[in-house]
Amino acid sequence: MFILGHPFSAQERMPQLASSSLPLGQTSDIMEKNVIHRKGDRIDLGTDQIVIENLDKVFGPEPSKVFPLLKEGFSKDEILKKTGHTVAINNASLTIEQGEIFVIMGLSGSGKSTLVRCVNRLVEPTRGKLLIDGEDVLKMNARELRELRRKKIGMVFQRFGLLPHRTVIGNVEYGLEIQGMPSEERRNKAQSALDNVGLGSWAQSYPENLSGGMQQRVGLARALANDPDILLMDEAFSALDPLIRKEMQDELLELHSRLHKTILFITHDLDEALKLGNRIAVMKDGAIVQIGTPEEILTHPANDYVADFVQDVDRGKVLTAGSIMIKPEVVTSKDGPRVALRKMKETGLSSVFVVGTGRTLVGIVTADAVLTGDNLEAKDLSSVLVTDVPTTSPDTPVNELFPIAAETKIPISVIDDNRKLLGIIPRVSILAAISKKEVTP
Amino acid sequence: MSLPIGYYFKALISWMDDVFSPLWDFLSEAIYWMVTSLEGIFGIVPPMVLIVIFALIAWRVAGNKVAVFTIIAFLLILGMDLWRPTMQTLSLVIVSTVIALGIGIPLGIWASRNERLNMVLRPLLDFMQTLPAFVYLIPAITFFTIGRVPGVISTVIFAMPPAIRLTNLGIRQVAEDVVEAAIAFGSTPNQLLFKVQLPLALPTIMAGVNQSIMLALSMVVIASMVGAPGLGEGVLTGITQYKLDVGFEAGLAVVLLAMFLDRVTEALGKRKNN
Repeated sequence: MFILGHPFSAQERMPQLASSSLPLGQTSDIMEKNVIHRKGDRIDLGTDQIVIENLDKVFGPEPSKVFPLLKEGFSKDEILKKTGHTVAINNASLTIEQGEIFVIMGLSGSGKSTLVRCVNRLVEPTRGKLLIDGEDVLKMNARELRELRRKKIGMVFQRFGLLPHRTVIGNVEYGLEIQGMPSEERRNKAQSALDNVGLGSWAQSYPENLSGGMQQRVGLARALANDPDILLMDEAFSALDPLIRKEMQDELLELHSRLHKTILFITHDLDEALKLGNRIAVMKDGAIVQIGTPEEILTHPANDYVADFVQDVDRGKVLTAGSIMIKPEVVTSKDGPRVALRKMKETGLSSVFVVGTGRTLVGIVTADAVLTGDNLEAKDLSSVLVTDVPTTSPDTPVNELFPIAAETKIPISVIDDNRKLLGIIPRVSILAAISKKEVTP
Repeated sequence: MSLPIGYYFKALISWMDDVFSPLWDFLSEAIYWMVTSLEGIFGIVPPMVLIVIFALIAWRVAGNKVAVFTIIAFLLILGMDLWRPTMQTLSLVIVSTVIALGIGIPLGIWASRNERLNMVLRPLLDFMQTLPAFVYLIPAITFFTIGRVPGVISTVIFAMPPAIRLTNLGIRQVAEDVVEAAIAFGSTPNQLLFKVQLPLALPTIMAGVNQSIMLALSMVVIASMVGAPGLGEGVLTGITQYKLDVGFEAGLAVVLLAMFLDRVTEALGKRKNN
């Protein structure tokens, strides 16, 4: 049980691992566990930046009329038919940690864009709780709210939302200008934000002369110019061509690794969600259906809706070696051939891995080798040990394991930077993972 | 039997005349002073100098062609010996338009942000634009007697609707995502208005300004019926005394003045756009 002995401390090193150890239960169970254990065991993950609790948004003249119906569990459609009110967000709760990319995914009409607009109160939530860095956003007055929007939150929009009558740099400096920053200082900041997204030389152009991808870079630069802690990105790449889109995703990841902003990213595209998200919330009809890491969403969909959603995903790209590896049977290098043979008999396998101190990988011993000649009588395993074994790191995508698996019959061992053996991947596990079968140790 | 709506309207007007008498007097004085001052300025400056100034404005705002047209048009007016009435009309149009815009644009901005005001304003604007101008000329005379002032008042009422409507429309037409972005970055309502909505609505607002000026010019003849001096007098003489030549010349001068004002204000809207 060295891998799974302490699920949440293991998660600190390898989030993928914990996914297979989490009990398959209600979504809320998983969410609660996250909350409880983050405060206890997962201390070195960032602190809570955005906390949303039981948030509702109802559009209509008299939202309070809808609350009892929500409590009784009526669906969005039924409530619309009965009362004429649209339930855009239904009891949403989530916690976004500092420095993570949190993706909210859902089809159009699922309430994801409304939810992100509640964070900076472009849309006023009907009821619920919203904290940013511990401050109650819903209690802020107009001035405090403006300060929050100016200093702490940057936003990127699907349709860019650039000011057509201003130059590129005029757009980027807008957020600083309205704070009353002196002209030269804000120009400099805007210019460096533009440089950051690779558009430094386009400062004096007008948005209409830029391609869609470039316009969105301006949008991104504008959001970054006042150096906010939080970036809200509402379908930011959805209006772009697929190639540009992929490029922007890569750049966002690169930017994130440099600037460590907390990013709340909204998308309807599962591939985008899986690629960008440290964690993903899936929304349907205004409610959050599941929150989890990409692997959790893929391997343990909370219900049929999520399962249908993830059905056509290229799992080989998302699943990693760490998430499909299984617990290996090991002997230590001090053990003799007979111990190794007994271990193989116990497990019914024809080979066993050999580890040294600190569970570092030494090699593998096969039954054939042990039984050849008088090897069985040897004092230790050195004469039968094969040290040239295929290895991989836990965060290697499963797709990249195929070439390795094709060249060897022995399982691929998963090791960390210190050559510590974390798990093994038999060839059959790779195929099982791709074909959506549950991977159980 | 008939409904006595007209009777009550008449009663209302005479009541307003009594109660707000000081207000009417003040307005009357102020407007009279504005129009006559402007007429005075136009009267002191020699016509040739004014023509050069108009041409320079036209050239600066609208380019060579309009400048050339301006020179020809005003020389023609001068040649027809209609300079003085043209300047009187121009003064009346300028004062009326400035008042109409001064009330209309802020009202349009307000209406764009206030749904209730917008709902109240819409039928009122329809009323102002479609009620025959002669009808509100009557209360104008009640309040302001005859002369330039009731001319200006009725012109203001007639010319204001497009300024209100198009300002309102222009602001509402500003793309929602742009407004949302400006709010998301922490704009105050005033910053949103002056840095985003008004600049983007400017072409539409300028179209409203242009419309207001044109409508003000179209009131020239009606204004002259209550005794406002200007080109309208010539047209009126043409009609009442069957003097085709006098009527045609005055009419032509109105058209030339209208084209000058139209081209310049139209270009102003386009130029500011970019």
